[in-house]
Amino acid sequence: MKLIIRIETWEKVKADMLEQIRLLLNDYTFQVVALGTGFLGLLSGVIGTYATLRKESLLGDALSHAALPGIGIGFILIQRKELSVLMLGAIISGLIATVIIQTMSRKTVVKLDSALSLILSSFFGLGLVILTSIQNNPNAQQAGLSNFIFGQASAMLRSNVQLIGLTGLVLLVLVALFWKEFKVFTFDPMFGRTLGFSSKIVESLLSTMIVVTIILGLESVGVILISALLTGPSVAARQWTNRLSLVMLLAAGIGFVSGVTGTFISSMGARIPTGPSIVVVVSMFVFLSLFISPGRGILARHMAYRKRQKVFMKQIRSLEE
Amino acid sequence: MSMINEITLIAIIVAVACALPGVFLVLRGTTMVSDAITHTVLLGIVLAFFITQDLNSPLLMIGATLVGVATVWAIEALQQTKLLSNDAAIGIVFPLFFSIAIILITRYAGNVHLDVDSVLMGELAFAPFRRLMFFGLDVGPRALWTMLVILLINSLFIGLFYKELKITTFDAGFAAAIGFSPVLIHYGLMTLVSLTAVGAYDSVGSILVVGFMVGPPLAAFLLTNKLHVMIGLTAVMAVINSIAGVRLAFMLDTTIAGMIAVVTGVTTLLVFVFSPEKGLIKATVNRKREQKKIEQRLQEIK
Repeated sequence: MKLIIRIETWEKVKADMLEQIRLLLNDYTFQVVALGTGFLGLLSGVIGTYATLRKESLLGDALSHAALPGIGIGFILIQRKELSVLMLGAIISGLIATVIIQTMSRKTVVKLDSALSLILSSFFGLGLVILTSIQNNPNAQQAGLSNFIFGQASAMLRSNVQLIGLTGLVLLVLVALFWKEFKVFTFDPMFGRTLGFSSKIVESLLSTMIVVTIILGLESVGVILISALLTGPSVAARQWTNRLSLVMLLAAGIGFVSGVTGTFISSMGARIPTGPSIVVVVSMFVFLSLFISPGRGILARHMAYRKRQKVFMKQIRSLEE
Repeated sequence: MSMINEITLIAIIVAVACALPGVFLVLRGTTMVSDAITHTVLLGIVLAFFITQDLNSPLLMIGATLVGVATVWAIEALQQTKLLSNDAAIGIVFPLFFSIAIILITRYAGNVHLDVDSVLMGELAFAPFRRLMFFGLDVGPRALWTMLVILLINSLFIGLFYKELKITTFDAGFAAAIGFSPVLIHYGLMTLVSLTAVGAYDSVGSILVVGFMVGPPLAAFLLTNKLHVMIGLTAVMAVINSIAGVRLAFMLDTTIAGMIAVVTGVTTLLVFVFSPEKGLIKATVNRKREQKKIEQRLQEIK
């Protein structure tokens, strides 16, 4: 009797949960946000592949911090939270930061990581100074400006998703158009130069695309966590294949799934922020890939090592006999 | 002591305490690891806070410092798999730790008096209000004493292990060969970095700590080739930056830590451009001269 009741309650719980999931999947806000974060994941998977292969994954971290003063100045100029203007400001200050970082690390003895950390914190400091002065002049519109620091995925609007989609589409088309050039410059810039491609144009185009992706990502996961979104999918994808095109496709897929799953988890539970849960999902993909990927994964390597050991022992034994 | 003097004093001590271990971070090229540490100590603060329920407990500092060291260990473990590049390992570990911290804080926001904004941004202006009472006697702001102790520990570490630090920084292989353990010194340094980051977080916030750690040593690095001169110059730069930053912040009525970070960036960039030996102008002039020489040689050959 008790057992039957227990089974019944379990089925009821299960039915409730399914119903809840069904409701959530049909929920308009969830659909919009999941589409936005998913597409952003896809985009940062694609563009992040270039960044990680060029060993510039921390550039994302620095540039996202460096975008803050641009956002502040953009707001001061128009006194409204117009997303496109704020993003334009962010892109400009991100590009200025890129130029300073690259000048420091390429033209003199300063190491890349010192340049990154210095620019990261002084631009972020400038951003805080500007945001403080905005807060000192009361304007009802300024509320939520600091949300850029943590991202505000759950407040994503349909127009934001459209902006993300449109900009993202342009970036994807550029990747397809300049596929050969980007590939050469990612793996062998010297060779690219000897082929007669203009290194300056290709490199600044690639940098600009990375900056734009980062700025778009601020909307979903915020300043601090964007580096995970840029690095994670491509590192995970890299474990499964050696072909650039496949790495990029896989990274896009992993990014998309992480974005949607992260949004799903944060919508299911009470008070779970979206950005951080996306990052946790991405990290799960990374660790899983590092462990179980065939050939180069940690498990596969361990097994190969054991096998070699066994073969070796066998040989020794046969020699002894 | 007036408030502005008290704040200036705290700022100077924080700046020098952060800049000292920074010298070796800049020389070893591991400043982004310190950036990761300053973010992940938040996880340590949150976890320790759940246990102690007291934001001023010394256990909080120990817990956070341990998580900082764990970050370094995790990053290095990932790097040793050789499956991903060094910077990618950093870019994955610290957002994960930081995300877990944010999820914990948000989830239990109701019963935790811990504000993410204040941990990230910090505010020096509030430091004088948190007093340290000693037998009922007001002995000064708490931040002043905490950072003074950390400054002392950092100076002692560098003073005592100066030789070891120098040798492991410039030639780790040689150091290992003659019996100094580079790993031990490395983890010692990283422990100090996390301790300093934890101590400084409530006055300057975890993001700006990186600037405090990197700016002055980088400027000093551009000005000299001698380690002891570099350490001295670092301290001088840190003092100048913090005094100028505090004055400017009071004039403009804005965030003090942010202003010091801006001043640090500006002074370091100035040194970067104008440094007589390793500056941008000098490098450009040198390159032009080399080009001219080569062209002349080419002409002669023709």
